[in-house]
Amino acid sequence: MATHIPSSLEPGAAPLHDPLRRRVLQVFLGGGILASIVSFLYPVARYLAPPAEVDLGADSVLAGTIHDLKPNSYKIFRFGSKPALLVRTIKGEYRAMSATCTHLSCTVQYKPESQQVWCACHNGLYDLNGRNVGGPPPRPLDLYSVHIKGDDIYVSRNREG
Amino acid sequence: MAVLRAGLLALAALAMAWPLAVAAQQPAAAANACLDCHSAMDAPLQVTAAQFAADIHAQKGLTCASCHGGDPSDAGNAMSPAKGFRGHLDRAKIVALCGSCHGDAAFMRQYDPSLRTDQLAQYRTSVHGKKLAAGDTHVAICTDCHGVHGILPASDTHSTVNPVNVATTCKRCHADAAYMKSYKIPTDQYAGYTSSVHFAAMTERGDLSAPTCTTCHGNHGAAPPGVASVANVCSTCHVFQAQLFDASPHKAAFDAAGFPGCVTCHSNHHIQKPGDSMVSTGAGSVCTNCHSEGDDGFKAAENIHGQISTLQERIADSKAVLQQAAHSGMEVGEAELQLAQADDALTKARVAVHTFTPAKVQEDVTAGTAVAEKTREAGIAALRERDFRRKGLGLSLIAILLVVAGFGLYIREIERK
Amino acid sequence: MSTPARIHHWLDERFGWDDLVAPLRHKTVPRHRLSYWYFLGGMTLFLFGVQLCTGILLLLYYRPSAGEAYESVQYISTKVQFGWLVRSIHSWSANLMVFMAFAHMFSVLFLRAYRKPRELTWVTGLLLLFLAMGFGFSGYLLPWNTLAFFATKVGTEVAGQVPFVGHSITVFLRGGEDVTGATLTRFFGFHVAVLPAIATMILGLHLLLVQRFGISVPPGIEKEWERDPSQRRETRFFPNFLLRELMAWYVALGLLGALAALFPWELGAKADPFAPAPAGIKPEWYFLAQFQTLKLIPAKVLHIDGEVLGVLAFGAAALIWMLLPFLEPKLKSGPRWVLGLGIFALAFLGTMTIYAYLAK
Repeated sequence: MATHIPSSLEPGAAPLHDPLRRRVLQVFLGGGILASIVSFLYPVARYLAPPAEVDLGADSVLAGTIHDLKPNSYKIFRFGSKPALLVRTIKGEYRAMSATCTHLSCTVQYKPESQQVWCACHNGLYDLNGRNVGGPPPRPLDLYSVHIKGDDIYVSRNREG
Repeated sequence: MAVLRAGLLALAALAMAWPLAVAAQQPAAAANACLDCHSAMDAPLQVTAAQFAADIHAQKGLTCASCHGGDPSDAGNAMSPAKGFRGHLDRAKIVALCGSCHGDAAFMRQYDPSLRTDQLAQYRTSVHGKKLAAGDTHVAICTDCHGVHGILPASDTHSTVNPVNVATTCKRCHADAAYMKSYKIPTDQYAGYTSSVHFAAMTERGDLSAPTCTTCHGNHGAAPPGVASVANVCSTCHVFQAQLFDASPHKAAFDAAGFPGCVTCHSNHHIQKPGDSMVSTGAGSVCTNCHSEGDDGFKAAENIHGQISTLQERIADSKAVLQQAAHSGMEVGEAELQLAQADDALTKARVAVHTFTPAKVQEDVTAGTAVAEKTREAGIAALRERDFRRKGLGLSLIAILLVVAGFGLYIREIERK
Repeated sequence: MSTPARIHHWLDERFGWDDLVAPLRHKTVPRHRLSYWYFLGGMTLFLFGVQLCTGILLLLYYRPSAGEAYESVQYISTKVQFGWLVRSIHSWSANLMVFMAFAHMFSVLFLRAYRKPRELTWVTGLLLLFLAMGFGFSGYLLPWNTLAFFATKVGTEVAGQVPFVGHSITVFLRGGEDVTGATLTRFFGFHVAVLPAIATMILGLHLLLVQRFGISVPPGIEKEWERDPSQRRETRFFPNFLLRELMAWYVALGLLGALAALFPWELGAKADPFAPAPAGIKPEWYFLAQFQTLKLIPAKVLHIDGEVLGVLAFGAAALIWMLLPFLEPKLKSGPRWVLGLGIFALAFLGTMTIYAYLAK
């Protein structure tokens, strides 16, 4: 550190005796600062650009459109980090519920012949209200609510805290 | 003065008599006289009021006299044969007594129309019923299982015949080697059952649909299912496995040899959680009980075991990679979700084992392996991204180092005198 | 005229730039064997700046509702380009900032820089320390994960132990009787608006006071320099000391980047208010000492509820701490007292924090 208050030492007026040395220093410092600033600004710039996938995958999910399913058929869609089941009943109504079987977590499906939700692993059966009505499953499937906005089918679950 | 004294005496007498009169006028819960004495007695004559109050019969308005006869309202005549007192009931006669009401549909309708009324008929077909008819009073009768003075409906968790308590009730005789000596049947069923998965399901997971003694043997018509039919009992819940087994080569072979399906490999009471080693050729194998090295069955067992083990390893490997990625802070939720499908396939493959045909098991194993490989790729990609980030960090650190060094040199320069 | 000179001239014509900047030009920093401690204040300020920047960036994507908070943080960490970096830097820098604030406070204490005329600097500084901890407490809840949820539950419960007003405080903090989505929204408001506003004002005051009084010299060294004035050393603040500070700040930036890339901040599991609390819930490290102390106080001390006693004790300690510059001159051998208190406090906080870590 300095020895006395250096009144004559203004930046830039430094007695850099060696112009080459001064040049090297400038490149070093200037280049370094520039590089570091770029390494800060580049991520920030990328961050500011919104990603392609806007959906948060939270408690409400777009499960499909009204053109996707015929009556008495179903589809599996992703809800958060788990699979979910969307059924269009024989009467044309929509039901949605968790698709993870409560027995050993296989993914369930819908059986149009019997209009029940069925698990292929051990023949577990649920009704369209998610209630476990046959086979080994010990608990019902969580039901989700279905809202139709225009052509879109939104499935949501209540998980307020 | 004397009048006053007499008046006071009368008042006092009235004051003392009044509570007695009130007590006497209490609608004597008709059991009063019987319980008055019997609640103070020692076992086996003791019946307390509390005990009897919990009894379903008492709650429906029946009394001691309903079964024992006599006149409960009159302590003097309570046990008078003239009043129909039957006393302690003979074991051989109890079944008929219970059945006299419980087998009468018209009578039972007034209490609960949905209650079954065929218990006596069923009992007569059971091993217990047949032996009783032949004069053996050691066998179970109604009161042995249901209790006698504190009978609770089966839906009550304290009832001796509630599913969670059935095994304990049956074991009172069936696990007592001394008691069962003359019958020459095993007494290890309770010990086997309590170490089984079904018992664990009921007691640990609270799954009331898990089977207990009566589920497979029947309750009133209790009898062991025969060799030919025990598989039918299992298949009421384990549908897939039973269907696949019936279509497999084992069905005909077992029938011919007189082996019971299901039980031969899985045991009847001591049913354990099946492990992959059961369908192998090494330790823990049930296949090698019949099959020996070189025969088709042996080869099939080896093959099936190999397939399932491989799938399990692939899944575990994929899980490990994903976990590593997750630990490094990478988000791999999507891949973890997909990997669950591989677990599905493994479960299905284990069911397909009951075809005892490698080609059939292959279908599920192939599907599972594909998923496990895909998710493993996702995990590797995540790890690659992590390494990319670390390289990026390295570069920025170099830039920072340059700057810091630059600052240091600059400071040194401007402070040189 | 070169461009920098032109700009300089333009500014000077209108704002009297040279006069404005003059004090800064002449500002000096004492130079002695203990002057490395002078970096801590600036470092805390720098980390606060990092928090501001990363915080604003996070604000662009974060959603403060119970149904979406967790998912939005997950989104930032996985879908937004370099979101993981911004988020992890924000979390790490928060912890480093609190640590620096404590270090700065203790160094000021031991170097006795709180003496007249700098009493108010000390007071504002302590307020800033409390604000920093408030930032930490409110920010911790925002990802809405299990640990944060229960830590907030416990923390707001403790606040309720203050006699008479405790329950009102808890309800005020929680936005209701329990920790719910309302608490999240409220904490968000505190974290991004209320606390920054208050902090800006007090920080401004603190910096102004620092400028006004200059940098304090520890008493021992002051005496040395009075005896022999030729020993006195001063560095120019601008550019010499500032350059050194910049060096330190760059190193801190590198450290933050390394921490973010090598030890990324966990997401945890989404909070489920209906699930039982997991075992071993504890708050962030800067609350651990108080947390552990409360656990060690017996349930009842002379008919007074143990927790109430603990909370009151903390309150009393904070008050005494704040009044140290005013109390010290009044006590005989005040400096000894303060030194002893400082060592005790450091030892106590250190030991309790370590104890709390090991105690699970």
